[in-house]
Amino acid sequence: MIPELGHLALWLAVGVTLVLGIVPMVGAQIGRADLMAVAHPATHWLLALIGLSFVCLLVSFAANDFSVLNVASHSNSALPMMYRLAASWGSHEGSMVLWLLMQAGWTWAVAVFSRNLPPAVLARTLSVMGLLTLSFLLFVLLTSNPFDRLIPAALDGRDLNPQLQDPGMIFHPPMLYMGYVGMSVAFAFAVSALIGGNLDAQWARWSRPWVTVAWAFLTFGIALGSWWAYYELGWGGWWFWDAVENASFMPWLVATALIHSLAVTEKRGGFKSWTVLLAIMAYSLSLLGTFLVRSGVITSVHSFASDPRRGLFILVILAITVGAALVLYAWRAPKVGLGTRFEMLSRETMLLGNNVLLIVATAAVMLGTLYPLILDALGLGKISVGAPYFNAVFVPIMAVLVFFMGIGPLTRWKNDELPALAKRLRWAAAVTVLSAAGAAWVGGQLTFGSMVGLLMAFWITTSVAADLWERVRPAGGMRSNILHRLSLLPRATVGMQLAHIGVAVFVFGVTMVGTYDIERDVAMSPGDSTTVNGYKFTYIGVQSVPGPNYEAMRGHLEVTRDGKPVSDMYPEKRTYRVQRMPMTEAAIDSRIKGDLYVQLGEVIKGDTWLVRIWVKPFVAWIWFGCLLMGLGGLLAVTDRRYRAKVPSRDNERTAASTSA
Amino acid sequence: MKALRYLLPLALFAAMVLFLGVGLGLNPREVPSPLIGKPAPAFKLTRLDDASQTIGRDDMLGKVWMLNVWASWCAPCREEHPLVVDIARRQLVPVYGLNYKDNPAAAKGWLANLGNPYRATLVDADGRVGIDFGVYGVPETFIIDRLGIVRLKHTGPLTPEVVRERIEPLLKELNAPA
Repeated sequence: MIPELGHLALWLAVGVTLVLGIVPMVGAQIGRADLMAVAHPATHWLLALIGLSFVCLLVSFAANDFSVLNVASHSNSALPMMYRLAASWGSHEGSMVLWLLMQAGWTWAVAVFSRNLPPAVLARTLSVMGLLTLSFLLFVLLTSNPFDRLIPAALDGRDLNPQLQDPGMIFHPPMLYMGYVGMSVAFAFAVSALIGGNLDAQWARWSRPWVTVAWAFLTFGIALGSWWAYYELGWGGWWFWDAVENASFMPWLVATALIHSLAVTEKRGGFKSWTVLLAIMAYSLSLLGTFLVRSGVITSVHSFASDPRRGLFILVILAITVGAALVLYAWRAPKVGLGTRFEMLSRETMLLGNNVLLIVATAAVMLGTLYPLILDALGLGKISVGAPYFNAVFVPIMAVLVFFMGIGPLTRWKNDELPALAKRLRWAAAVTVLSAAGAAWVGGQLTFGSMVGLLMAFWITTSVAADLWERVRPAGGMRSNILHRLSLLPRATVGMQLAHIGVAVFVFGVTMVGTYDIERDVAMSPGDSTTVNGYKFTYIGVQSVPGPNYEAMRGHLEVTRDGKPVSDMYPEKRTYRVQRMPMTEAAIDSRIKGDLYVQLGEVIKGDTWLVRIWVKPFVAWIWFGCLLMGLGGLLAVTDRRYRAKVPSRDNERTAASTSA
Repeated sequence: MKALRYLLPLALFAAMVLFLGVGLGLNPREVPSPLIGKPAPAFKLTRLDDASQTIGRDDMLGKVWMLNVWASWCAPCREEHPLVVDIARRQLVPVYGLNYKDNPAAAKGWLANLGNPYRATLVDADGRVGIDFGVYGVPETFIIDRLGIVRLKHTGPLTPEVVRERIEPLLKELNAPA
């Protein structure tokens, strides 16, 4: 009964999205308030129905209902409850219901938090979101029904893929989907503004917090995925330029560009048609990512069960959604106008540089991801594009971007003077060069790449410090004012600075791991020890330990440094009973200064195992940096000017003079 | 001219959709095997059911046969297995299994549970023969003709379409009296 209820709820939701997609839109076009007012209750119904369907799915998994095909294929009665619930979105079908839940949730949130928008704008935006939800509802119901029955029922399930039985995997998909689907809000605002012809600074102000929140979730989602790959796949790496990773990274790059370009549109009325194009692109790339992952057109280490029929359906969704938005853009955008003028040296120019670089980076990633497909489609052969291409193209672009990132926040809007700007940044530049040189001298091993990385990290940090100093600097020698002025800084500014510091932390982590990473494979018998980078690893032995749904061989290594105990590490080699899949669980001792990463390889004979040991300096900084970026975004959204009911002129002017 | 600039994103997007559409019809896992049209690599392996007997490449000369690479730890093998059983039942072609990097006990249990479509299963415990055949993902399926020439390679689980559209016509051609 429960699966059928969930299935029915999805069909009822189709009806709601039809109403939501048509009635308020028509109402906005002919100016009927009663029709526009339908949107608000419709979003409540939509969330309630899809929420009900999602709960039905959770219940089917929790209750081990193996007469549901999806449950039988992705769960097992021995699977711990936590993973049984997470298995609801571990399959393709279930993850699309999660996508729908997110979509309905964002639609509802726009309806609830944007009540003070002009009714026609809100009605059009919600209608567009209704239509986006409709396309995915049809996708789920026609190609990927999660409630299909299996008659006769299976005795037990085939179990969740062991790689997904991991806490990181519980949170990674919801975070990522919050980001992907969140981009639909900016898309809907953009399409609504194109239809209504009100592409102005107001529009940018409405879209901005939504984009920032979605971007923050996307950042967390990608970081969690990378962290999971690091400790679960056991390759010791944290990013592989795999097609599926790129699929999530492209919308992130465009959303980052969008955040910065919205700043120009909001503050200066510039970049209008460009910003609206970015808003369309951010969601389009989310859809493209979904297509690439689900259709199997591109080979990937993370392959989902792919199916050409599903691929075709998503391609049709992609073509209709993005095609319609781009036709609308080609028709309406030429009338938008160019906005205010700005000089060569101005914050607008810096942000333009930011946008151009991020888009070039996106294009480079997209080219690398789609190139094998394009060659194959043209009959020119099969190739694969790997990390060397991406690193060679991507890293130089980022280096230039970081250079602008330091200067941008200190540059004035509209017009700035080079001598004054140089004066504001001279200390930052000097400290950057000295500390990078100092750090490289302390660390030894000076390579060009690591030097550039260190310069980047220190440049961001010192320029943020210079920016902060400019903002709180006592005018006229009244030093007691610093703390007071610090407390007056708008949260949008502090959020930006925090996010930029996050980039510095991230770059630092990447550079240190890239330069000083040490890997060693040693055959060890009980009692053997080996020293890696000052850490002495003593191998005690391996014993077998049963888990809830797997058998494990658990190794034990004692780690000491200068005779003092550091840690006991227990890497495992697991065999999951149902799927008979061997899994390597690395033991990781994570510290600020770096990670110790130990993995069991193969048995050589008897108690002798091949043990792989890594010492990875500052690797955790990579994800900590991402965390700071996302938190910076969330902090910026709490800024006072987004909370104000009706933004007053006065409020706007102070905000414009203090932050980007 | 100015309006054209705003059409550019649409044009780029249309081109991308075109490529994606074509791409849907292609299989990125289908790497052309250098073995097609060449003699099958030499091997001599013991049988799973009887370790005292071996089968070599040259024992197979004179008949068209199918080599299906599988392992009990391989989930997609389980997915394609009913099709392999079906091919054997319809006697389309004698099917031989290559049990790749597997534990013999687990492999026997797997066959006992799911049905054994194989005339014989060859044990490739260290995966060396698999490497000679260029196996990089299990399951893989090869069709080898009377002269011992590899005529078809399919990577990944068999599907009803692959059997109907590629394997059956090829077998008809190969089995036609010369």
